[in-house]
Amino acid sequence: MLYRRAGIFHTSYAHDRALFPIPFERRAMWALLAVALAAPWIFSSLALSSYIRPWLIWTSAVLGLNLVLGWAGQFHFGYAAIMGMGAYASVHAARNGIPWEIAVVLGGLTATGVGVVFAFAALRVKGLYLALSTLAMQFVMDWVISHVPAISGGVSATLQAPPMKLLGQAITSEVGTYYVVLAWTVAVTVFMLNLRRSALGRALVAVREKDYAAAVIGVQAFRYKLVAFAASAFIGGVSGAMLIFGFYHAVTPEQFAVNVSIEVLAMVIVGGLGSIIGSFFGTAFILLLPGQMNELISAIARAVGADIGVETLAHIPYMIYGASIIAVLLIEPMGLGKLYGNIRNYLMVWPFGYVRK
Amino acid sequence: MDWMYFLELAVNGALAGLMYALVAIGIVLIYKSSSVPNLAQGALTMVGPYLVLAFAGQVGLSMWVAIPLAMLSMFVLGVAIERIALRRLAGQPIVMILMMTLGLDIFLRATALTFWGGSGRNMAIGISDAPLFVGPLLVNRAYAIGAAVTLVLFAISVFFFRTRMGVVLRAIADDYTASWSVGISVERGVALSWALSAVAATAAGVLWGSVQTVDQSLSLLLLKGITVGVLGGLDSIGGALLAGLLLGILENVASGYLDPLLGGGTRELVVAAVLILTIMVRPHGLFGRHDIERI
Repeated sequence: MLYRRAGIFHTSYAHDRALFPIPFERRAMWALLAVALAAPWIFSSLALSSYIRPWLIWTSAVLGLNLVLGWAGQFHFGYAAIMGMGAYASVHAARNGIPWEIAVVLGGLTATGVGVVFAFAALRVKGLYLALSTLAMQFVMDWVISHVPAISGGVSATLQAPPMKLLGQAITSEVGTYYVVLAWTVAVTVFMLNLRRSALGRALVAVREKDYAAAVIGVQAFRYKLVAFAASAFIGGVSGAMLIFGFYHAVTPEQFAVNVSIEVLAMVIVGGLGSIIGSFFGTAFILLLPGQMNELISAIARAVGADIGVETLAHIPYMIYGASIIAVLLIEPMGLGKLYGNIRNYLMVWPFGYVRK
Repeated sequence: MDWMYFLELAVNGALAGLMYALVAIGIVLIYKSSSVPNLAQGALTMVGPYLVLAFAGQVGLSMWVAIPLAMLSMFVLGVAIERIALRRLAGQPIVMILMMTLGLDIFLRATALTFWGGSGRNMAIGISDAPLFVGPLLVNRAYAIGAAVTLVLFAISVFFFRTRMGVVLRAIADDYTASWSVGISVERGVALSWALSAVAATAAGVLWGSVQTVDQSLSLLLLKGITVGVLGGLDSIGGALLAGLLLGILENVASGYLDPLLGGGTRELVVAAVLILTIMVRPHGLFGRHDIERI
């Protein structure tokens, strides 16, 4: 209906390669961007700082993981370690007086270095064994981060992060931080959107589908696996830095422990492999749903008069988190992005359902 | 170098390693029959002893009734997991199967904690704390009994694989399609392997629960179970036993010497390093079938 097109009339190559060939989607994108820019005036400051900002930051990280998992098809169970290295490097750099912009890029580059180490596993094995070895590397990185005083400042230490600074101007307001975060997320999203139609993106997809076949047609599987790990690590590192500067304001080792890796992975899978809009949905689903459900449950318990212990209440979000992963995988294994795709495909030809192939 | 200290570390490590093998056997059983890497084994290892404690504490049964009852419930849980969650994912990419087992892991762990709370509980199965000396060596009595139980369970499983149902499981593990075509119900076999590994997880959980306490940390046995499984070869049950011994010795000795130098916590590090090195050097493990694809 909304998406309907009366035929395809491309008159130029540029038109054919457009990011959003369907007018409705193009307009929806501009509308969304306008809402995002006006968000400080639309939403309450609580919603902005405790829901929307973390959602944007995590989405950028999830897009980075999707690059390696959804596009290149390489398992990566140690993404939190990468984000952590980026965060620690940038915080250290910023504390030592390096300008904030350069500190964040340094964080990204450090993360890239660590990401390349993870890639060495990918050059040796694939599939399940790659998953397990990256998981083990995450454990090693956990240990390194928490036990090397030069990185974390000692076991269970907390490093305070200096405020964000753009061109020497400190950004301390909620709204200012939100815009910095939004800019980064939009940049990553635009990069990922364009990846789909670039040579690099097609090479990654070729490697994902069958690396032998990719090698046969002249795509160097090794090289592109390395590129995928490095690029996603850069995005992850900067996102980790954004997470610290823009949300937590202090960095501790457990912010990037193994369960965080699993959580980012869950966001990618629940959102849908290789789906950009799915990354946004998946992050919102995993990040925001358990808390909302928890409030709902405690509200119901209060209304009924049942007494739920504090400890029980603390574990319920994890139960919902696990159950929602299971539910999404059972209902739509390709994730929430695919659900959106189904609706889009349906509306594209509605009411002429038989047109669909 | 103090040889007595070394030997003591090695012996206790070996005994603990046999108990790791019990966790690994569950992973191996499921992987062998259905090629599903079960990352929920840690949660199963944690839910088992919680069930035992629930039967013994809240219902008030004797420990020796509670344990078989818990094993029975875990058998049913294993079948249910396979039937509800895993069967529908057959044929999907492996990343979804991995994510499903991780989701199960999170869900089971959180459910156990929601119902029974996170504080550590004692699992009293009547092992005394009195020191046990074998010659001049001080051996942990709980480890020794755990290792003995593991060996007995392993012997039982060897006999089980000679029964009719065991042969069916072996056939499924050997060739999926061929066993299907001769009329073996592959689904039932896979469900049985889930049930058996849930029972093995209960045994491992009860033994570890009596060594430490029953709390969330039992689910961390997953990493050790996986490492033992991979080191022994993910489709070799005998390999799991030997790899358990090896990993136990290596972990205990290495952490015994490295902990004072590096400030503690090297146990996990050694295990993770063994996992990485195994995958890099010999992905099919010591006794696994050599059909790992490399490019």
